[in-house]
Amino acid sequence: MDLTQLLAQYPHEENRLIDLLLDIQKQKNNHFISEQEIQMVAKHIGVSEAKVCSVISFYTLLSFHPRGRYVIQICRDIPCHINHSASIVGTLEQLLGIQMGQTTQNGLFSLEYSSCLGHCDAPPSMRIDGRTYVHLTPDKVKAIISEYRGRTP
Amino acid sequence: MERKLISARCGVINPLSIDDYIKTGGYVALRKALRMERIEILEEISDSKLRGRGGAGFLTSTKMMGLAKESGPMKYIVCNADEGEPGNFKDRFLIENDPHQIIEGMAIIAFATRANHGYIYVRGEYDHAIEVLQWTLLEARKHKFLGNNIMDSDFSFDIELRSGAGSYVCGEEFALIESIEGKPGRTRVKPPFPTSIGLFGKPTLIQNVETLVNIPAILTMGGKAYSKIGMPNCTGTKLISLSGNVKNKGVYEIPFGISIRKVIFELGGGIENNKKLKMVQLGGACGPFIPEYMLDMLIDYERFEEFESKTGAGAIIVVDDRFDLFDLMLRVVRFFEHESCGKCTPCREGHAQLVILLQKFIDKKASMKDLISIESLARVMHQTALCGLGQSSPTAIISTLRYFRDEYIDRCDIWTN
Ligand SMILES: Cc1cc2nc3c(=O)[nH]c(=O)nc-3n(C[C@H](O)[C@H](O)[C@H](O)COP(=O)(O)O)c2cc1C
Ligand code: SF4
Ligand code: FES
Repeated sequence: MDLTQLLAQYPHEENRLIDLLLDIQKQKNNHFISEQEIQMVAKHIGVSEAKVCSVISFYTLLSFHPRGRYVIQICRDIPCHINHSASIVGTLEQLLGIQMGQTTQNGLFSLEYSSCLGHCDAPPSMRIDGRTYVHLTPDKVKAIISEYRGRTP
Repeated sequence: MERKLISARCGVINPLSIDDYIKTGGYVALRKALRMERIEILEEISDSKLRGRGGAGFLTSTKMMGLAKESGPMKYIVCNADEGEPGNFKDRFLIENDPHQIIEGMAIIAFATRANHGYIYVRGEYDHAIEVLQWTLLEARKHKFLGNNIMDSDFSFDIELRSGAGSYVCGEEFALIESIEGKPGRTRVKPPFPTSIGLFGKPTLIQNVETLVNIPAILTMGGKAYSKIGMPNCTGTKLISLSGNVKNKGVYEIPFGISIRKVIFELGGGIENNKKLKMVQLGGACGPFIPEYMLDMLIDYERFEEFESKTGAGAIIVVDDRFDLFDLMLRVVRFFEHESCGKCTPCREGHAQLVILLQKFIDKKASMKDLISIESLARVMHQTALCGLGQSSPTAIISTLRYFRDEYIDRCDIWTN
């Protein structure tokens, strides 16, 4: 869907701004909001571009910068930390050949830390592309990553 | 030991089936409410002595009365499902396992207070919970439990779903309001309180998911009977999110007044891998760390308030003795540093300073002067921050300075100053 079509589904109301931005990001392979999109969104909603930018910079799930097709968010809070989340970070960095905060050369994966994902009963946990994975072990992580690698044409 | 008042259906019914919900007594309380006088409903809730389950433990009836008193054509009910406090997952558990309860609770409150529109604000990372709620709202509307002329009465009320976008502070009432309005989630100075000037400038009642699901239970059993469960000033049951180095992690529903020790060792099956318990963090990142000898403390808001912080959301994070106190506190402070909205100085600057000070203790390069600094900084933040985030974030430090002071002293180099 192109941006004009997407915008048409949203009323010209400021209170839908966050929903709209999340939706735009979700439709894109590189999950970010570009300058041109900021301009068009501002015009559609009827607010200043500065206001749209202030929203993007405030919320962790919104980004000004291109990210991987699959954004991997790894929980870094205590219940996961004391249940071996560090070994998951290590496994992912090694598997993907990047450090936390980076995106793979082919644009497929980004690694990010996340605050608690609310799955502390099944630690450690991570979220990829709208799905949360729990009870992670290095082997399980390897299987999940190769599944995502296999998905792309 | 468990007492399943609000979680009885969880894991038993198909949460996506409205028929399952109705067959197990669902929407009976709403039907009953629609035949009652509005003031009677408020009185039942007042009799129940129900307190908010989102953390602050405020009397629900007082807030509801506040909203009921407001006149005007638009009044809002907001369900706070932003659950982002590390260690808490009981709201997700309720949404994913028994979502209609939330709708029913909101509709009853809306009827009693003459509110006409509702919002459920769910954190953006709760993808599955969001899908469940979308479906549940559709089903409830289809069966006339939402929308115009609910159950053929003259009462109309509908609910919209809004999702967050990754910000813990949006769980704070005014930050949440700003976020629903489409803005960065920065709090406002109180008063006025949301019940007088809230969402879109209109009177707004904000309640936690768990608080709301208690409403149908109260109407079904009666407020007086409900108030007999639990403790005299802390009635009903509480969902506990049990996590960390404990065997059986998960959500447990207990009456108030059970000891923390019983929850960990009887419901939770004790510590994993035969390790020794070192400490427990109560409530989540904003709560105190307490040592083993305090575990006989009963779960009761009155007791928790003694920690100078309101930590009632019900998380219990168990930590065994492999872990270093300072490393964990650094994680707590970094969490709040990341989540601070930046509006007030004590919080915006304070966390960065706390990180520097804690790092000195971790590196064993701290001096007695640093000990005094960290103590006074934590107190100043607690007393002067604008919202609950900055007021409660130093709790972990304040509590460990009290219960684990030796560990601080051990890491001070007495020759440095
Ligand atoms: C930083 C911060 C985060 C909060 N997060 C939540 C939350 O995720 N869910 C919640 O119900 N209450 C949260 N609260 C408490 C709310 O401000 C508010 O007290 C609560 O939603 C009121 O509902 P209750 O009376 O039913 O507990 C938070 C408070 C602060 C200061
Ligand atoms: S205490 Fe922190 S989160 Fe709250 S208003 Fe101040 S800066 Fe923002
Ligand atoms: S701490 Fe990782 S999901 Fe809660």
